[in-house]
Parts: sequence; C-alpha cells; structure tokens
Amino acid sequence: MAKITFVKHDGDKIVLDGEPGLSVMNVAVDNLVPGIDADCGGECNCATCHVYVDESWMPKVGMPHDAEEAIMSLNPDRQPNSRLSCQIKITEDLDGLVVKLPEFQF
Amino acid sequence: MSRIVIIGAGQAGGQAAASLRQLGCKDDIYMFGDEPHLPYQRPLLSKQYLSGEHEEGRVFLRARRFYEDQHITLRIGECIERIDVEARAVVTDKGETLEYSDLILATGSRPRRLKIEGSDLDGIHYLRTLDDVALIKKLMQPKKKLAIVGGGYIGLEVASVAKTLGLDVTVIEMEDRILKRVTTPEMSAFYDQLHTGRGVRVLKQTGVSGFAGEDGRVTKVLCGDTEVDADLVIVGIGIIPNVEIAEAAGIQCENGIVTDDHCRTSAPHVYAAGDCSNHPNPLLGRRLRLESVPNAMDQAKVIAANIMGQDKVYAAVPWFWSDQYELKLQMVGFSADGDTQVVRGDQAVNAFAIFYLKGDKLVAVDAVNSARDFMAGRQMYGKKFDARRLADPAVDVKDAVIEG
Repeated sequence: MAKITFVKHDGDKIVLDGEPGLSVMNVAVDNLVPGIDADCGGECNCATCHVYVDESWMPKVGMPHDAEEAIMSLNPDRQPNSRLSCQIKITEDLDGLVVKLPEFQF
Repeated sequence: MSRIVIIGAGQAGGQAAASLRQLGCKDDIYMFGDEPHLPYQRPLLSKQYLSGEHEEGRVFLRARRFYEDQHITLRIGECIERIDVEARAVVTDKGETLEYSDLILATGSRPRRLKIEGSDLDGIHYLRTLDDVALIKKLMQPKKKLAIVGGGYIGLEVASVAKTLGLDVTVIEMEDRILKRVTTPEMSAFYDQLHTGRGVRVLKQTGVSGFAGEDGRVTKVLCGDTEVDADLVIVGIGIIPNVEIAEAAGIQCENGIVTDDHCRTSAPHVYAAGDCSNHPNPLLGRRLRLESVPNAMDQAKVIAANIMGQDKVYAAVPWFWSDQYELKLQMVGFSADGDTQVVRGDQAVNAFAIFYLKGDKLVAVDAVNSARDFMAGRQMYGKKFDARRLADPAVDVKDAVIEG
C-alpha cells in the first residue's frame, strides 16, 4: 500500500491508502474525494482529474506524456506540476505522495 | 424516512448515487440493475477491454467497498417491474414494494436486433454488456472470419480490435458511407481509408438479407446477391432506449423519457438521465437523446444537485470519443450543425482536426490524435471565429476567435 495525501484547495487533507496498480484517480473516486470527477474513466479524454503534484514528488511521479500534455495545455490554471491523476499509476515508490486539488475543479 | 431509488446501475445510476453522497445526502439510496455487476464503464467494452489491454477489474467505476462505505444499497441482478407514480413506489421482480421520495430512471438502452432469416443462429452477437464482451473476447481468435453488421462507432471499434488481433474482418454497411448517421462525408472517408488500409473489407450500400448456417451455427451473411463468409458475426446497428417501464407508469415518453431542463420527467419526483432521456439542451437550442457517457454523467450530477435542493439546469456541450487502432478520435458538438469546415493539422499523418462553423460560430470539432484542438473546441464552443485565420497553422486556435 502507498499512502496518498489529497490536499483540498482550502487546505483540508484527505489521507488514503492506494493499492499499487491502481491510479491516483481510482483511489480518489473510490473514496469520494471532491473535485476528481474522472468522467472518461481514466482514458485521458476529459481532464477532470487534474491534480498538482507536490513539487518534491515530481521527480518520482514524472512529467505528463504527450496526450496528457495536449489535453491539459489549454487550461489557464495548468502548472509545471500539473498531472492527470488517472495517468499516475500507484507503486510502493509513491508511498507518501502528496497531491493538491485545484480549485477550478470544485 | 426518505429513500431515493435508482433504476439502472450503469454509468448514470452509479454517478447519481456517488454525487448524492458527495453532496451530503443522508437518505437511503437503493440502486437496482438487471446485470449482475457493479456499475461499470461501457465505452471500454468495445475498446480496451475487448482488446485485452485492460482487465475486467479495470472496467468497474468504483470498487465494491465504495458502495458499502457510502451505505448505497446495491440490488444488482434485480429488476424493477413497475412504478406507481401516484403511490410513489416501485415494485421489484420479487414482488417487494419500496416507496421512494425521489426516483431516478437510468434505464439505459439496448441493442437494436435483427429479425431476419437466420438471425437466431449461434455465432451472431450483439455488443452491449460486460457479459456480451466476455463471450465475444473468447470467440475472437486469430484467423477467424468476423463479419460486422453496421459501420457505426461500435462496429468500427470492434473491427480495429479484431484486425489487430489477426482476424479476417468484413464490415457490412447499408448506407453509401460508414458513420453516415454520426459524421460528415470527410470523416467517413478518412475512417474508410484507415480501415481499408489496415486490411478490413468495407462493403457499403450492402444490406443484410439473412444468415445461413450449418448445424445451427452461422457460416454466411447473406447480402442480396453477395455472401460474406463468417465464423462470427457482430451486429452493431444502433440502440433502443429502455422506456417501457416509464411508459407503463404513464410517464411521458417520445424517443426516450421526456425531461425538462432540470432532468425532471412528467411525474413528480421522478428524474431521468443518460441514454434513455430525451432532454432539452439550451446550448444547442433543441431537444435530443444522446448515447454518450459524458451526457449520462452530467445529467446524473444535475439530478443529484436538484434532489439536494439546488436549482440546476442541464446545459453541457456534448462530447464523444472513439478509439480505433492507435487513433484517438475526440468530438465536440455535432458536425451536422456546421456549414463550413476548417481543417487543421495533417490527415496524412493521422493528426488533424476539423472545425465546423455555422456562419462564423464554432459548432463542432472532430479531432484525430489532436487532444489540444479537442479541448479548444470544448472551451470555445459557440464562439465566433475568423475561418481564414483558423485555417492558418501558424495561428493558435484561440487567436482565431473574433472578439466581441
């Protein structure tokens, strides 16, 4: 299991256990984390599971791939640490991961 | 005590239950579904699940534990037989009567079935449910001859998976072009060339008159003067909304269950969402029934909000996607609404988008491997564009907008 902390835009924290193999989005929707809609079910089609990865975790999480970048690129609130949570696969390496939930998704 | 009953445990039903809890709903929530599964994602069935890219576990919207944690009573494998809108109650197929404070109809749709000579032979399949696809997956073995009746998105997605798996694939389309009901001649031609180039036989203006078989199993699709050899047939010729239970209850139906802009049906405290709903869309200025997941999810969210006392109107720009081979097609709006087309990108390298304008207003985008243009379409739908600037690849889409 990997502990994942979701930080709401108001600063509230939700700490959840993520099963390796699932995506960060899966953990969010299974636990009703607000602001993660995931309308397309994790296919990189809708960009409704946008998160800001805590900067210290970016080296481990990595940069968005091309299709993910393309779908986020027009978002005025896109940040250098933006990722779609459906594209972040949980591994034991990500134990302790912190992601922030953008206000525009609430 | 208040109880919300949801008929249908598909994407609309599942989302409605989740959204209700997210909005703080404390009522009992009962969700009934005739399929023996947790709510799952249907779009994957003809794509990543059929191809084997995703395992079965991946298709479910949420884990079983979610429904337990959220005290959502899942009655899957159980049907509602009757609605009594006067008594505000439903009756299950086991004869149990349950009163509701609010009722959500998320009954979905079912495949249109062929009723012609030989259509009950073994080996003829329809693709709609997880169980349908689990069976089809086993039958889709390399070298088998697969005939697909209907050149719509389902048929073409199956063709791309089957061809990639090494089957011999023929698509049989009644109209003079594939995807005729859903897209423009330009997009039809592009997808026709794509499939033909990959070795799929695409027969157009070819009506299926019947099937022939041996020992009760299909061996041929009969198309008037021609025949197509087949070990396996998949029929994808459209769907029919499941309205019967609403109709029998006296709820107004016409090409779906008729709702207002709040997703309310003609009966008090009864809502409808998803494939089964015929709803007004103020952004499009007309009524429509949509076979689309984003629509199902959005309407479910609107219903949950309205049950929770908000005053929410359903007004979303429709969008769709289809995965074929390595190509991701993403669509916004309805291309049929446009009178002018502007192409950006390059069809020759399978990365392009067609912007459709009505006058100078953006009414649709079809984007192939061009997610950025797709998102531009979603964000800038309805805005006015300078078509000449939009056609210029050096100009960013947003800089082709006419201000004011």
